[in-house]
Amino acid sequence: MDKKRREFLKIAGISTLAGLGAPAVVDRLVSGVSPLAARAAVEVQPGGHGAESQAPAEHGAEVVPTGKQYGMVIDVRKFIAQPGLADECIKACNVSHNIPQFPDPKDEIKWIWLTGHENAFPDNSQYHLSETMENNQVLVLCNHCANPPCVRACPTKATFKDKNGIVAMDYHRCIGCRFCMAACPYGSRSFNWRDPRDPQGGLDMNNLNRLFPTRMRGVVEKCNFCVERLGRGEEPACVAATGGSKAMVFGDLNDPDSEIRQVLKQNYTVQRKPSLGTKPSVFYII
Amino acid sequence: MFEKALKGNNNYWMWLGFLGTFMAIGAICYIRQFNYGLGLTGMSRDVSWGLYISNFTFLVGVAAGGVMLVLPYYVHNYKVFGRITILGEFLAIAALTMCLMFIIADLGQPIRALNVLLHPTPNSMLFWDMIVLNGYLFLNIICGWVILTAERKQVKPPKWVYIFVYISIPFAISIHTVTAMLYCGLPGRHFWLSAIIAPRFLASAFAAGPALIVFVSLILKRVAHFDAGREATNKMVTIILYAALINAFFVMLEFFVGYYSQIPGHMHTLQYLFFGLEHHGHVYNNLVPFMWGFVVLTLTGFTLLAIPYTRRNDFWLAIGSAALFIGLWLDKGIGFVLGGFVPSPLEEITEYYPTFNEIMITIAVWCTGFFILTVLYKIAVGVEHEVEA
Repeated sequence: MDKKRREFLKIAGISTLAGLGAPAVVDRLVSGVSPLAARAAVEVQPGGHGAESQAPAEHGAEVVPTGKQYGMVIDVRKFIAQPGLADECIKACNVSHNIPQFPDPKDEIKWIWLTGHENAFPDNSQYHLSETMENNQVLVLCNHCANPPCVRACPTKATFKDKNGIVAMDYHRCIGCRFCMAACPYGSRSFNWRDPRDPQGGLDMNNLNRLFPTRMRGVVEKCNFCVERLGRGEEPACVAATGGSKAMVFGDLNDPDSEIRQVLKQNYTVQRKPSLGTKPSVFYII
Repeated sequence: MFEKALKGNNNYWMWLGFLGTFMAIGAICYIRQFNYGLGLTGMSRDVSWGLYISNFTFLVGVAAGGVMLVLPYYVHNYKVFGRITILGEFLAIAALTMCLMFIIADLGQPIRALNVLLHPTPNSMLFWDMIVLNGYLFLNIICGWVILTAERKQVKPPKWVYIFVYISIPFAISIHTVTAMLYCGLPGRHFWLSAIIAPRFLASAFAAGPALIVFVSLILKRVAHFDAGREATNKMVTIILYAALINAFFVMLEFFVGYYSQIPGHMHTLQYLFFGLEHHGHVYNNLVPFMWGFVVLTLTGFTLLAIPYTRRNDFWLAIGSAALFIGLWLDKGIGFVLGGFVPSPLEEITEYYPTFNEIMITIAVWCTGFFILTVLYKIAVGVEHEVEA
């Protein structure tokens, strides 16, 4: 009698554990998102990029609990019209985030930078480009993908989608394996090959932006859409640097009434390497 | 059983001393890297993995290769491999130790390595790689040690150990499959984004691992009077030949897909690796000699192992298996990982040149592996002799 009871309790205990654990495990393995996010996706059902607001979330896209997805439209025409404006943006970012400028390209750290049109859009036709385009330099930065391969690759969740859909970094958790750098199809990530506070990096230690930390060597970093400025109710530093020119428009892609959605509705825009299914949140008006 | 490793002739101690010297130099180099950062290596923003990860990838294969001895013996009861399965298991231990050392050497923040356990992330392939590599290491330590102890006492190994032996077989496949998945699941890296990577890794592993065992067993025959036996050697050579052939076949399939489809992304890296890639008037080709080295060494090794005359001659057999091993290292331990970063996601080309410090650390890790291998094989051979006496 006693033995039977023990057997029963054993089986009951194991089944309960399995019952409790299995859905959580399956959830994680199947979708690769936290159960919370998965639930939010079902409840909120915000539109993916370009989709009508009430359309269900596109498959594979990770939808954050708030349903927000910050994004950016870069109007290349306005940057062509205002030479030097792009450099202002880069400078604003560098100052705002205490980014060192090492002379050796091997040590380079870039959050937002200029690259050739064909480098930014290698999949687009480069055949007999207009002369303006051929010589034009385009601003590139982290795309804050709705379906980011870097977040998938990170073994410690040091890079993650935050509550606004921003692909953020935890510099204190990153182990420096650089799997995210291999995973990023846009080359948006930089690694601190050496101490970023080293004098060679040109950071003026007495004149740092105290509102954003300097990093340490051995961790990966990249554009964070100025999440620290957004928290204070300010625009990203690069957007602020464009002044009122609207060369960069920043906002919530999932809010149908946002300015960025109006810009997307009124203009033909392109994304970088859309065929990879990463759903980049940075759009370009060429 | 460790006492067997503490008694040896002059050659044994000189060999260990030789390896130890390089290990010491490498340790100093690693301290330098630890203090300065990975900037002491040749890696850069564009080529963000270098010698450490490429050698890691190759050595996972060497570790998995041991299963080619374990499987025939335990699953198909192929008795001839009885004497040498322990060599496969101990090789796996040495190779996996090297793998883990290479990973640690490559981390920007090695003291945070345990974050992988503190914050387990099932959607990262690196998390699974950590699990299968450590699992396979653990399994090989258990199986190798228990079975060798039983042999020494001249009793049958305990039944429970066979559970671990049988689990270790799919684990061997899994370590290299998951290692391939580190690469083949990344969007935007065309050279790696191929479903044939995992099978190709396995094929090259099943050639490289046994090739090393054949080579080492020929050395053991000379220096330790340990004879693997002609039949066992011949069977291993057969396995090596088929595996190397399949690997070559897979490489050629990659060429077909790239050059017949004419999709630039699928051709660029192959072009860069084998012929040199022209970009803005400059031809980038620093890996070309290595890849043709791979072709030549594979052909040489294959021929020496395939022709009955050279196969029966211990000298040529040793040269042939060494040639194949080095050839496969050039393919996977150099070309595959480094080539995958060219061109960069922004279609720029940065070539990678390892630094002296980095090369010394790499050599030191290899020496540590061979140090462990020597000690383990010394123990295994010692037990073998004791039983025979």
